[in-house]
Amino acid sequence: MDISTQKTDEAPPPTTLPTPTEQKRAARGATRPGDRIFLGLSRGSGILLLAVMAAIAIFLTYRASLAISKDEANFLTTFEWNTSLVPPKFGIAVLAFGTVVSSVIAMVIAVPIAVAIALFLTHYAPRRLSGPIAYVIDLLAAVPSIVYGLWGALILVPHMDGLFGWLNDYLGWTGVFSWEEGAPRSMLTVGILLAIMILPIITNVSREVFRQVPRMHEEAALALGATRWEVVRMSVLPFGRSGVISASMLGLGRALGETMAVATVLSPDFDIHASLLNPGGGTFAQNIASKFNEANEFGRDALIASGLVLFVITLLVNGAARWIISRRKEYSGANA
Amino acid sequence: MAKRIDVSGLTAYYGSHKAIEDISMTIEPRSVTAFIGPSGCGKSTFLRTLNRMHEVTPGGRVEGKVLLDDEDLYGHGIDPVSVRREVGMVFQRPNPFPTMSIFDNVAAGLRLNGKYKKSELSDVVEKSLKGANLWNEVKDRLNKPGSGLSGGQQQRLCIARAIAVEPDVLLMDEPCSALDPISTLAIEDLIGELKERFTIVIVTHNMQQAARVSDRTAFFNLAAVGQPGKLIEIDETERIFSNPSVQATEDYISGRFG
Repeated sequence: MDISTQKTDEAPPPTTLPTPTEQKRAARGATRPGDRIFLGLSRGSGILLLAVMAAIAIFLTYRASLAISKDEANFLTTFEWNTSLVPPKFGIAVLAFGTVVSSVIAMVIAVPIAVAIALFLTHYAPRRLSGPIAYVIDLLAAVPSIVYGLWGALILVPHMDGLFGWLNDYLGWTGVFSWEEGAPRSMLTVGILLAIMILPIITNVSREVFRQVPRMHEEAALALGATRWEVVRMSVLPFGRSGVISASMLGLGRALGETMAVATVLSPDFDIHASLLNPGGGTFAQNIASKFNEANEFGRDALIASGLVLFVITLLVNGAARWIISRRKEYSGANA
Repeated sequence: MAKRIDVSGLTAYYGSHKAIEDISMTIEPRSVTAFIGPSGCGKSTFLRTLNRMHEVTPGGRVEGKVLLDDEDLYGHGIDPVSVRREVGMVFQRPNPFPTMSIFDNVAAGLRLNGKYKKSELSDVVEKSLKGANLWNEVKDRLNKPGSGLSGGQQQRLCIARAIAVEPDVLLMDEPCSALDPISTLAIEDLIGELKERFTIVIVTHNMQQAARVSDRTAFFNLAAVGQPGKLIEIDETERIFSNPSVQATEDYISGRFG
């Protein structure tokens, strides 16, 4: 292109400097109707989200405080849930333990498998194969949780005996994997079922992240003489790290709050069991679902109090994940 | 260390599209060979066949022979991964590993090749960064991420990373096209120093650059869009730029087309 024609395309230089108000208006970009409408919509959506969150928090806190103030036992440490006693005694220790343990089991099983599937789909599988597999995984993500729950109760539980017996034989001495009693309707079974349920979402998000890895980062590793696995280790995994953490948080959120599947598979009690194999325990969501219908006004408030604790746990977990991601921000690849 | 490359009858494809056809040339050790030619003439494709990077592109495939001294890079039982450890490459856009520190970037190739003691690694990293004329700028921040450097520094970091594994050949695919003139000058000076130790092949769109840095120049051209690129001639750089033996070369160099 000729330089002289390029010059004439540009607007003539301003003869006077813009006044401060003009500058401000230009900087905020709100002078055109389209910009104003869009600004209003996006700001409104943001405020709405915060307002909804605040409303939930206020509702939970208010109703919870009504119940907790009448609780005769320690709300955080009691292994009991008797809201119809006079005076009432209830605590969330068992529920918190069960919720965290089942979710941790689910994450330990699901995250490595999901990352492996995502890597296979993006970096190993031929294109003809990866499309259909990704489609099937999308379908799995859309299956309602009650279906997983039914499958878990009818198929998974009857087939856990073998695994439980094996774990008891070889790892029973640890106490964590001893199996003394009852059907395998335990925390481990719940964890495995939750792992299957959260696998699709973690896989899908990780796959999207791994697909975004810039070609030039992979070629940098290839040109140094990296094998396919070394390319994954040097370029793909570091680049995808924060995305995989986000994906895991989505999965964890689902595992922490899962209700029907847990309620269908677990045989609950109000005790903390050292062994993951013995039936018993409970989770927040499962406890609320199984008690809500028969509970009176006060009982519902107590259940809401337990829901508030789940809300707080979820917030803490998400905060921790954000902290992990931001800790190594300068290495994230976003500035490359 | 600094090997000769002998290419004969090399043809490369993208799927069914023939990108370059029947290229034969010899690239001398301890010298700089520049590839010039209009966009799409296949000079980058040809460069990428020299370290078997062409075949990582989906549909990429190569026919012909590339001898590195006496070893055919496309021979039976030759592992492309080991070829790339002998033939290093620097890309058009600086691509340090964004999640690694400056130190780890330079050490990355060594760590692929085996176990090294920390002190050995430090020695090689320092030597390579000095070799890439970057040491003085980064020696106080080796643990900072490589992506925090300027574009020109990043490109020299990539050169340090490539020479740290002591390759026989260093391929450079338009290494200065994303850099400002001062950084470009720094890289060109560096190329002049590196040719004492390595066989260097550089693709460039900048003919002054080819004239400044190279000993021999190869001119590539294609008959028409969609046609495969071909090697028109390769000769001493001085001859190519003063008195080329093919009319098309002279037309291209004097700016009459392309």
